[in-house]
Amino acid sequence: MKFSIQINEGPYQHQAADSAYLFTKAALEKGHEIFRVFFYHDGVGNSTRLTTPPQDDRNIVKRWAELGEQYSLDLVVCVAAAQRRGIVDDGEAQRNGKDATNIDPHFRISGLGQLIEAAVQSDRLVVFGD
Amino acid sequence: MSEDTKKFMYLNRRAPYGTIYAWESLEVVLIGAAFEQDVSLAFVDDGVYQIVKGQDTGEVDMKNFSPTYSALGDYEVTKLYVEKESLEERGLTLDDLMHLTWEDEDEDWAEKDSIRLVSREELAKVMEGQDVVFSF
Repeated sequence: MKFSIQINEGPYQHQAADSAYLFTKAALEKGHEIFRVFFYHDGVGNSTRLTTPPQDDRNIVKRWAELGEQYSLDLVVCVAAAQRRGIVDDGEAQRNGKDATNIDPHFRISGLGQLIEAAVQSDRLVVFGD
Repeated sequence: MSEDTKKFMYLNRRAPYGTIYAWESLEVVLIGAAFEQDVSLAFVDDGVYQIVKGQDTGEVDMKNFSPTYSALGDYEVTKLYVEKESLEERGLTLDDLMHLTWEDEDEDWAEKDSIRLVSREELAKVMEGQDVVFSF
């Protein structure tokens, strides 16, 4: 089955971010297709490479990055939500005159149209949130 | 409408202020309107407060985005399901909600009500008929 995933909550604060990862990983291991993973609301915080969790804890961002690398996942961060919350890539830094970036290179910033398209193209959209 | 048309429902469960879910849900609705899907919105639980009339956010330094709901008709978003029980549980009636309308192109732009008051049971059936439910 072709799935898309929407994540509405930030890392560590809320289990939704973990559940989304575990679901995505399990689906891929069962041979399902993940069309896109879309990060919205505080979920955009799952994409910052600057997180430094304690060593004995899971690294949520790195975990997504590695899964993305392994399966060539399309990890999309909503631009409007990212701008509000200070998630920045090179393009956004340039456009908005920011002095730094923080996004992990396995993620990309794009518009809400990507979420709608994912819902249209996939058999199921699974939303993880509060 | 193309063969890609799906039935999209945006499920609004939360109060308009206090968290950003309602506002960012509305942003998805507005962007999604360009994709020409069969769209409806549902308001349940505290989500019914999103379309209460006379909202005033002046004292809390938040943008009052409630006028945007009045523009949904222009985006061809014309089906707004409001759960009757959620209203009743909060001491609200239809009269407490904004009068949201759309103009029917097929009937000489006749003005029609967008809000459809439905019971919990009826809404469950409407939800069952959807292809995609965005939950906010």
